[in-house]
Amino acid sequence: MGDIPGDLKFLSSHEWVRVEPDGAVTIGISDHAQDLLGDIVFVELPEIGQSIDAETDAAIVESVKAASDVYSPISGEVTEVNPMLEDQPEIINSSPYEDGWFYKMIPSDLGEIENLLSPEDYGEVCED
Amino acid sequence: MIQPNNTALHALHIDLGAKMVNFAQWEMPITYSSLIKEHHAVRKTAGIFDVSHMAVFDFDGGDQIGFFEKIFANDIKKIANENKALYGVMLNEDGGILDDLIVYHADDKFRLVSNCSTREQNFDWYKKHAVDFGVEVVERKDMGILAIQGPQAMEKILAMNEISPLVKDLEPFGCMFSNEHLYARTGYTGEDGLELIVPNDAIVNLWEKALAQGCSPIGLGARDTLRLEAGLNLYGNDMTINNHPYESNLAWTVDMKDEARDFIGKNALLKVDRDASQKIIGVVLKDRGVLRPGYEITHSQGKGIILSGTYSPTLETSIGLARVDQGHGDTGEVMIRNNTLNVDFVSPRFLRQGKI
Repeated sequence: MGDIPGDLKFLSSHEWVRVEPDGAVTIGISDHAQDLLGDIVFVELPEIGQSIDAETDAAIVESVKAASDVYSPISGEVTEVNPMLEDQPEIINSSPYEDGWFYKMIPSDLGEIENLLSPEDYGEVCED
Repeated sequence: MIQPNNTALHALHIDLGAKMVNFAQWEMPITYSSLIKEHHAVRKTAGIFDVSHMAVFDFDGGDQIGFFEKIFANDIKKIANENKALYGVMLNEDGGILDDLIVYHADDKFRLVSNCSTREQNFDWYKKHAVDFGVEVVERKDMGILAIQGPQAMEKILAMNEISPLVKDLEPFGCMFSNEHLYARTGYTGEDGLELIVPNDAIVNLWEKALAQGCSPIGLGARDTLRLEAGLNLYGNDMTINNHPYESNLAWTVDMKDEARDFIGKNALLKVDRDASQKIIGVVLKDRGVLRPGYEITHSQGKGIILSGTYSPTLETSIGLARVDQGHGDTGEVMIRNNTLNVDFVSPRFLRQGKI
């Protein structure tokens, strides 16, 4: 598995968040998560405008084998969902940290970022 | 925790990078690379499966035909003078399905393969009833099973130069012994190919020779999507001890033609009102999503439940098997996480000879 990008923060349940230069945040699932799931065939994304609390379910990702909840690393309002995931959910497998992002939010409290795992700490979670 | 069992190929699976899962106390490969790629390999070329977790039994002495006539809802006389395999179910007195199994017969010998999770229960059941017929039941823990399946399976098998070339003349469900090795034109994918029921000490060599001929290693994940596209039931999902064969798409395996034959569960089945029974049908999801076991189905005349559901790599949509009330028509609805989605009802055999 590739290196974990240094600008991400993680939940132990394998979701990542990246703070963009404009203050918005992008959310996806980790390389480790996509590897555990196997071939991803369907994603149910949140609605634009939907408010989501930190660590509550925001999306559902389905591989051939199983369906899994995706939790939001931080709270906020959804501004954009990844349009590519409807027809090409497999890009989550091939590019979990870039093309395979799930949704973007305006965070309600960017301070919540401090509660999340650093790439190093998350890497240790994956090895357990 | 109980230490799981390993097949003779365990170390080779690990070397191939397989993801291993605990399946009914056996540590088995679920995928080697990508489940979808493995699925397509079997549909387009050939794949090899290690299914050595399945239970193998041989029989010695006594009235073996009488024994199978008693415990098997299909009629063993169909194969008693042939070199052939017969699929069917074993019932309890209430007509509930104890397991599905294949009985092979060649050179006046019977060999039986049944599921992994029912191994002990079945062994006890066989022994209990074999006594009445003077038959000894021998559990063959020294045997493993390989399945080589796909449109190119037979040519690759012959090119291995390890297996009698006579296998190319086997009809579907035909089988033959070569010493202790049993070769059968059977499978669980809807494709042509063989199942090899052979001693564990022969397995590694056969596996390596098949890989050398270009057979892809296939995990239990793709085995499930392949069997579901072929409309083949999985015991524990699609039928259990609480179901009779008529509500499990298995009426064709219950043979009542010989009225004098008294098999276990027959009297219970005779009392079943088949017109009122539920049935298993194929379900194709028309909207985006994936059917999973337990999802509720509704149709104009009643309801039902998804038993097996997955994404079909061949059809590129979600398919499933459902047990539903009769009168279902061609369309209905499924509830997925509080959303009502549209489904078509079709024959459970989504594919025939690997084709839509």
